[in-house]
Amino acid sequence: MLKSKLIDTTKCMGCRGCQVACKQWNGLPAEESTFTGHYENPVRYSANTWTRIVFREHENKDTGDVKWLFSKQGCMHCTEAACEKVCPAGAISHTDSGAVTIDRKKCIGCNYCVASCTFNVMAFNQKENVPQKCTLCDDRQHAGLTPACAKACPTGAIKFGDRPELAAYAHHRVSALLSEGKKDAHIYGLNELEGMGVFYILADKPEAYSLPAKPQVSLSAHIWNAVFRPLRVLVVLGIGFALWNNKVESEKIKPD
Amino acid sequence: MTNHWIDYKNSDVFLAFGANPAENHPLSMKWIERARTEKGAKLIVVDPRVTRTAAVADVYAPLRPGTNIAFIGAIINYALQNNLYHEEYVASYTNASYLINPEYSFEDGIFSGAGDGGERQVVYDRSTWSYQRDNDGNIIKDPTMSDPRCVLQLMKKHYERYDFAAVSSITGCPADKLEEVAKLYCSTAQRGKAGNVLYAMGVTQFTHGSQNVRVLACLQLLLGNMGIPGGGVNAQRGQANVQGSTDMAMLYHLIPGYMAPPQAGAHPTLADYNEKETPKSGYWSNKPKFFVSLLKAWYGDNAHSGNDFAYDYLPKLDGEDHSHIASYRNMKEGKIKGMISWADNPAVAGPSASSHRKDMEKLDWLLSIDIFESETPAFWKAPGVDPTKIKTEVFVFPASAPFEREGSVSNSGRWIQWRYEAKKPPGDARSDLWIVDKLFKAIRDEYSNDPDSFADPIMKLTWDYGEEPDAEKVALEINGRYTDSGQLVENFTKLADDGSTACGNWIYSGYYNNLSNPGCKKRVKEKSGIGTHADWSFAWPLNRRIIYNRCSADPQGNAWNPDIPLMWWDGESWQRNDVPDFNANVPPADTADKPFIMLPELQARLFSNTISDGPFPEHYEPAESPVKNAFSSRAQFNPVARVWYKDHLAPVGDENYPYVMSTYRVTEHWQSGAVTRNVPWLNELMPELFIEMSPTLAKELGVKNGDKVAVSSYRKHEITAVACVTPRIKPLLVHGKLREIVGMPFHWGYQGLSRGAVVNDISPAIGDANTGIPEYKAFLCNVRKV
Repeated sequence: MLKSKLIDTTKCMGCRGCQVACKQWNGLPAEESTFTGHYENPVRYSANTWTRIVFREHENKDTGDVKWLFSKQGCMHCTEAACEKVCPAGAISHTDSGAVTIDRKKCIGCNYCVASCTFNVMAFNQKENVPQKCTLCDDRQHAGLTPACAKACPTGAIKFGDRPELAAYAHHRVSALLSEGKKDAHIYGLNELEGMGVFYILADKPEAYSLPAKPQVSLSAHIWNAVFRPLRVLVVLGIGFALWNNKVESEKIKPD
Repeated sequence: MTNHWIDYKNSDVFLAFGANPAENHPLSMKWIERARTEKGAKLIVVDPRVTRTAAVADVYAPLRPGTNIAFIGAIINYALQNNLYHEEYVASYTNASYLINPEYSFEDGIFSGAGDGGERQVVYDRSTWSYQRDNDGNIIKDPTMSDPRCVLQLMKKHYERYDFAAVSSITGCPADKLEEVAKLYCSTAQRGKAGNVLYAMGVTQFTHGSQNVRVLACLQLLLGNMGIPGGGVNAQRGQANVQGSTDMAMLYHLIPGYMAPPQAGAHPTLADYNEKETPKSGYWSNKPKFFVSLLKAWYGDNAHSGNDFAYDYLPKLDGEDHSHIASYRNMKEGKIKGMISWADNPAVAGPSASSHRKDMEKLDWLLSIDIFESETPAFWKAPGVDPTKIKTEVFVFPASAPFEREGSVSNSGRWIQWRYEAKKPPGDARSDLWIVDKLFKAIRDEYSNDPDSFADPIMKLTWDYGEEPDAEKVALEINGRYTDSGQLVENFTKLADDGSTACGNWIYSGYYNNLSNPGCKKRVKEKSGIGTHADWSFAWPLNRRIIYNRCSADPQGNAWNPDIPLMWWDGESWQRNDVPDFNANVPPADTADKPFIMLPELQARLFSNTISDGPFPEHYEPAESPVKNAFSSRAQFNPVARVWYKDHLAPVGDENYPYVMSTYRVTEHWQSGAVTRNVPWLNELMPELFIEMSPTLAKELGVKNGDKVAVSSYRKHEITAVACVTPRIKPLLVHGKLREIVGMPFHWGYQGLSRGAVVNDISPAIGDANTGIPEYKAFLCNVRKV
């Protein structure tokens, strides 16, 4: 059965219990960080930071009203996952519950998955030469537990369960929000990229949360997948490209 | 809290006022969200900044720090002028109809009875703040509440100055926003609607903090929100057990169970104490039973009727001020030689903290009991301090963390919950109980070796918790026993004043009244009902979840809200979803005018003479303010506020310190940061001290987001922080001029893994008139780019 996390941003209050729970459960050490003028921290994903609450401020210049939007972001566990498409070693796959998982034994450390990620949420562990990201707490799922972030969330903004049930709940919740006058309320990620293992209830346009309006697998990933991947002899070439491309991409992942 | 956390799900409108639940009490948002999702409840947030709570609110209203009474006064005025208050409730359940002494008056910010106050500007003779009585001593009332001398009319008169325009000019909240809040919140006066006021230190930490709380209570009474499910005045307390520490009287002006400590002057004997401290009517008329039982718990067989139950052994207050700020002044003057600082970090959390640290240098010895070496035991390591000049001997005892010890904790909703030791404390760390047990035994040994000392108060104290102290034995003493049989008392209704019972804290009595399944260990979730969860832990008093619950039904006994009934009369008897806070053996008519059993008059006080500031809460400016008090030429700030250091306060409108500062907390750190700044995961999220300021101020100062700035106050200290430039904090239009507000969390210090300046080095040491709580939430400062 496909499982999902539903993130209801209308219930998120930015407490970041999920961020700490993720680190605690997965044994991820803290980053050395600084206060850069806003609450969001760490400012980028890394091998040790798999999920972040993204804080976005928007001021209505006419009324002076301020919106402060919080959204928990991290690996979306896309069904049409760019990282999986581009992996030359076949190390990235979907679990039975739909989580995108990395097989460390097969991984050759080319880093192309990190570079190709639609949401820029993957990071590379330089020391161990593997990419690292949210596992949808596959280990907890096997023990009958919900992911650590969902367990820690005080308000129920992170729900975990069977995808069809969560989808039904999300539709019901959005109708309620619309009837309350929250006219921009909508579901994000349920159909994008053939359905994502993490989908959202948003109360504003996706861009307001720094989420892509129309997430897609990049053209280069498609080309790679269709043309080059079958030609395993070109793997070495791919590694070179990936390393170069990753440098370019990681420059891009600066916070707003 | 009058209500409890889970009861939040029954509210229709929340007024988060001086509280930031999303950041400081995140779990409360679970129940707020439930009410919003399931019944369309609305959340109003009033705060100087758009906090994380304000970010998710339905209505956000700004206000200038320190103008809380003006803001709530505007809602009260709106309700009274437009007849939006709950008339039936007010008439039956409050003192609105009582006639007040003709001598009572209020003029230009000062109430009748003002006299010279010494350290305070004024001390009131409260004799005119009284009810009119007939020749038999009965209070004279006007049931129509129309007599100009009745409480309701006096209140209406008092608050008529608080119109939206005047209050907007004081608070900086736009008048239309004030009206929006007033309209929405007053909708809870309708029969069947519940408004929930939740507050925290944004209400208490002012020179008028007690009146801030009172004005909220008055609002709730006017709207019929007390004693009902989803209503109440709900103090969101700190940590897991701040409620418990107050209940157990970790305050100098209380002894366990909210009784006053005996005073040497007023109460030389037990009879004096009982006579002067015991009201003639109301439930407090039982006070001697609670007090004598407390003496029996402390002194056992050594307390008997022949020696006033060892009353003489109790320390007595000497009439001097022993509140927090005064104690540091005493330290400075060499009157205090040693200090035990237990889970406390005044070197960071105290007002004018750098002065506190200086005062500590006068100590011969200092003992700190904590799980880390906080700034307090390390006061001699503070930046700029020369340790070679300090002779204080410092001891640090390693304590255990909350989950490393057994015992009860009491949450904000008064639920006393037993916890077990989850793991052993590391190394030499020990539980607080272990430490206090060893400390007391060592002190007792010292006295036993010195027969000339006045040793009886120590030697005769009951102290029998075992060789290795057992938390359950302490719990049994608190619950209370019959002294002859040793059997546990069922609850405090069984206590007596003749020495036949012993009880360590009457309000807790009943929480551990049997060994097999005591209330505080119960963990049965309610399957259906209104969220009372009566078999989950024990709520003091008597496992009552919502106090004043007679008010949940109308005078005839019908639940105001039949969908969420708490108490209701079915024609023959009272039905209940809670433990009644009234005599439920009689028909509704017999209790319709007696719902507040702790008060002698049995009805709630919209007008009160028990608070030192005045019978009605009145707006005064904070001690440091950019503007004059628009409502009074005689009282700039609370005239009865405690002023210890007059020359430490910036004059009104001081141009050297033009910005209003408010200090606060963030989700990621806790209080002085002594624990949380040693947790790398939390430091990662909030790594540095910052100051929030508006884009307009940043522009004026030439500061960009993320720049370093210096912040100073009249106390001549300067601290540095990182600028957080954000539209979430805006200048407010006050007295016709835009005033900039800045805000800082106060979590940092010079110890721990994450270090930063001590914000309280710049806060003023001035306190509330009744409690002495410092004014951390509103003072003046300057900011410059560095």
